[in-house]
Formats: sequence, structure tokens, C-alpha cells
Amino acid sequence: MSIQTNSVEIGKANKRKYFLEKVSSRVFLICALLSVISLLLIIGFVFYKGSHPFLVEGYSFIDFIFGTDWVPSEDKFGIFPMIVASIFATIGALIIGVPVGLFTAIFLAEIASKRLAKIISPAIQLLAGIPSVLYGVFGLAIIVPFLQNTFGLAKGQSLLAVILVLAIMMLPTIVTVAETAIRAVPNTYREGSLALGVSQIGTIFKVVVPAAKSGIMTAIVLGLGRAIGETMAVILVAGNSLIVPTSLTDSVRPLTTNIALEMGYAAGTHQEMLFATGIVLFSFILILNFVLAKISAKGGN
Amino acid sequence: MSTAVMERSESLVMEENQTVKVQSQMEIKREEKASKITVKDLNLFYGEKQALYGVSLNIREKEVTALIGPSGCGKSTFLRTLNRMNDLIDGVKITGDIMIDRENVYKNNDVIKLRTKVGMVFQKPNLFPMSIYDNVAYGPRMQGIKNKKELNQIVEESLKGAAIWDEVKDRLKSSALGLSGGQQQRVCIARAIAMKPDVILMDEPTSALDPISTLKVEELITNMKKDYTIVIVTHNMQQAARISDKTAFFLNGEVVEFDDTDTIFSTPSDQRTEDYVTGRFG
Repeated sequence: MSIQTNSVEIGKANKRKYFLEKVSSRVFLICALLSVISLLLIIGFVFYKGSHPFLVEGYSFIDFIFGTDWVPSEDKFGIFPMIVASIFATIGALIIGVPVGLFTAIFLAEIASKRLAKIISPAIQLLAGIPSVLYGVFGLAIIVPFLQNTFGLAKGQSLLAVILVLAIMMLPTIVTVAETAIRAVPNTYREGSLALGVSQIGTIFKVVVPAAKSGIMTAIVLGLGRAIGETMAVILVAGNSLIVPTSLTDSVRPLTTNIALEMGYAAGTHQEMLFATGIVLFSFILILNFVLAKISAKGGN
Repeated sequence: MSTAVMERSESLVMEENQTVKVQSQMEIKREEKASKITVKDLNLFYGEKQALYGVSLNIREKEVTALIGPSGCGKSTFLRTLNRMNDLIDGVKITGDIMIDRENVYKNNDVIKLRTKVGMVFQKPNLFPMSIYDNVAYGPRMQGIKNKKELNQIVEESLKGAAIWDEVKDRLKSSALGLSGGQQQRVCIARAIAMKPDVILMDEPTSALDPISTLKVEELITNMKKDYTIVIVTHNMQQAARISDKTAFFLNGEVVEFDDTDTIFSTPSDQRTEDYVTGRFG
């Protein structure tokens, strides 16, 4: 008899446990869904608002992309100068940021003593944590006057200033991801190369870096994503002129800046066109993510 | 370059003379071979911890010298002092002398030159993630050889020297990592040969291989000793007995006994050596 009552009591206690188990797993699920729902809401909202002028109001999407005039008061919405500015700024930042970032990563992973790496690594990670507006302020206070004086410009806010700020901003991403990739290269590769009488630098560039190729590509694409999406720092140093840039010293307005500058007061079609700008920006990021997925799939093989 | 070649051919001539002399006095034939590597009172420290104690060895030219002993006895550490691979580890300190061809390895700072002269094959095949051809051509290319014909010739000769040419000649451009472990290890040997070294160090080269691949590598080593001085670390005592001319028994960072392989395995003079080779410990 006593055995039976005992087992019933255990059953009761377990029931509570099972109930708790169920509830907590639901809580986790809801938390996980929250981010997916946010993503879908943002995409849905941006696409709904942004596609409205083309689907309902009869604006031409081609004119939107390739039009060179953006005069909302005259009903002209062409974002070609901004697309070009965004692409130029990103490519320029890559040209500076990738070599510097890659060499830093190589230095930290392969060459620097442990003590030195312990000082530099946290500094670079801290760089990633600085609010972007401070990068902008830094650019405005240091880089812009510097360019103004060096090149004798009327206005230091320019494509070059954007490129320099973005290059610094993408460094932490590139350095951290590339360093991890380089550290993951098996030591046996290094030993194999060094044992053949190859110098350390030769070993790094002919064996270690090629072996870390996919990780380094990932680092570059992530850095690129950071550059193309950056808004706050860019607003302060870009100059925001609506022209297709023809030189590094031209004042530019990238896509992100356009949205941030005008969204505050825009209404109606103007506002929807800013959302459409967002769609273009979003497409860039999607393409980048797609490329990234391809790269990591390749690296997995 | 040419003077080095002349020197080498000179020493070859000298050696020939010696062998002629030796044939008249058969019993000391082995003793007449030139000493290639002379190690004197070698101590090695990992930070505070001493790993090698007063190691002294004479390794002769064109012989296979086996280093045996239980795990952690210092035989791999010793091997890696010969091409200064221990330099890569932080906090390694070395005292004593290692002379290779009468040149002090640790007084001369040209590590690159040393490592082109003293090749190494590792425990696990460590081919690079590139084609078979590029793996073998890697060393010569990094030496500045760009001529395609010359590289082709080096690659072919090296792969033939490592007895793997017939198996891979039709797939030189495919990834080296697609080969079997045994084939990879022989390509590793080819990669070492491509540098035209004098000495080849092998750190348990067959421990990751199946018995048939092991046999092939052992045959290869036996054939290679006419051209190279080979120092091999092995856990497998039958292997040491099969392929080596001399054997050094390491224990706790010391060389307990160093003698002809036959002597070590039949009538060792130290009790500890006998216990080890007869399988009583280790």
C-alpha cells in the first residue's frame, strides 16, 4: 500500500516539472520567434511603403534607379548619385581597410608576441564598440579640416572623408574575423613550410593566408556590410551634395544619409520614395549576405 | 653554389678512397664513414623544465639512425633541435653544440639555410591544401626557381625518389589532400627531397599509417639512405630493427645507449635498454 501512495506523490511532483518544462520551452520559442517576427515586420513595412509609388502611383522604377535628379518638391526622385556615392565610398573604404585590417590580423595572429597581442587586440575590439556618431565627430573635427588644408578644398566634407572614416570603422570587423580565421589554420601547415627552409613571411603569404582564405573573405564581406549600412558617421563628413561624384574631393550623399536626412520632414510620395531608397539599400545587404553564405558553404567543404 | 658542389664531390672522392682502404680491413668498415652530425652535451629546457640532459651523439653520413624510447623521453625534442624547429616554441633554451658538416647549428643564425639542408617529415602527413605538383614545387619555388622545365624536372625526380611517381603522375594537378594517408606521407617525403637536402629527419613518419603503407615507407627509407643521412624517431621497435643502422635509446631526456642497431636489439650493454627492447616497459 505504502508503495502505491508513494508513487502517486512522485507522479504529482513530476507533473509540475513537466508543466514547467513545457512552459519554459514555449518561452524560449517566443523569444526566438521575436527576432524573426521583427525581421519580417521591418521587411514587410519597408517593402509595402517603398513599392507603393511604383505599383500604385505609376512612378517608373527604372527612372528611380537611374535618375540623376532628386528634387522632391518638383516630384523628381532619382537616386543614381546616391547609389554611385554608396558604391564608391564602400569600395574606397575596402581599398584602404582590407589591407590594413588583414595585415593587422596577420600581425596579431602570427608575428606579435603574446604580450603585445594582448594590448592590441582589446584596443581593436574597443574600436568596434565606439558609437558611430563619435566616429563622425572625429571625422568632422580631424579628417575634414585635414583634407581641407592638405588639398586646399573649399569644403573638406567629401567622398575621401567618408572613405577614411568608413575604413577605420570596418577595421575591427575585418581584424577580428580574419584573425580568428588565421589562428584556425593548423599549425602543421606552418611547420611543414618552415621545415622546408621557407621564411616566416613566405610561410604566412603562401600557406597560412591561402588556407584561411574563406574566413578572410567572410571578414571582408562583413566589413563591407558595415560600411554600406553606416549612416550617422557618414552624415557628418559626406557633405551631402546631390551630385554623381567624379572625384574623391566631391561632396557626396550615400543612400543611408539620404534616408536619415529627409525622413524627419518627408510626407506622402516623398516619404515613400525614402522607403524605396531603403529597399535598394536592403537589396545590397541581402546580396552581401547571399555572397557570405556562399563563401562559408565553400569554406565548409 | 659551384664551390659547394665541388666541396661535396671532393668529400665524395675522399669517401671513395676511404672505402677502398676499408675493404682491405673489413672489420672497421662502418667506423670509417664520415660523421655528418655531431652532438655534444646538448641540454634543452622548456622554461624551467629540462627536457634533454647532456645528449652526445655522432650521426654518420648515409646511414639510418633510429631514436627509440618511451613517450615523453625527449626523442622528438632532440630531433627538432637538429633543424631548429624548437625555435618556434616560446621559452626554449639550449646549451651545448650541434655540428652539421662541422658547422655549429646554433651559432650560425641562417636557419633558412639549415632547414633547406636538413629536411623534415612529420608524424602526420601535413601536405598543404594545394595540388600535388604545387606541394612538391613549393620549396623550390620559394627558393626562387621559376623555370617551368626545371620545376617539372624537380617534381618528377622528387616524386620518383619517394616512390610515388607512378601512383600520382596522372593527377599531379589535383588536390594533394585527396590522396590516401600513405600516399600523402610519401608526397611529404618527396616535398622534402625536392629541396635536395643532405639530412632528412623523420618524426614517427608511419605512426598514422596502415601496415601496407608503413611497409612502403620503410622500403623507401631503406632505399633513400644511399643518398641521404636519415634520422628517424619511431615508437615501433621492429621498425627500428628493420630499417636502421644505428639506434639510440632515449630515457627521461638522456641517451642511455647508442650503438649498432644489431647490438642494441641483441646484446645491449645497459639493463634498461634490454628491458625496453624486450618489451618489459614502455
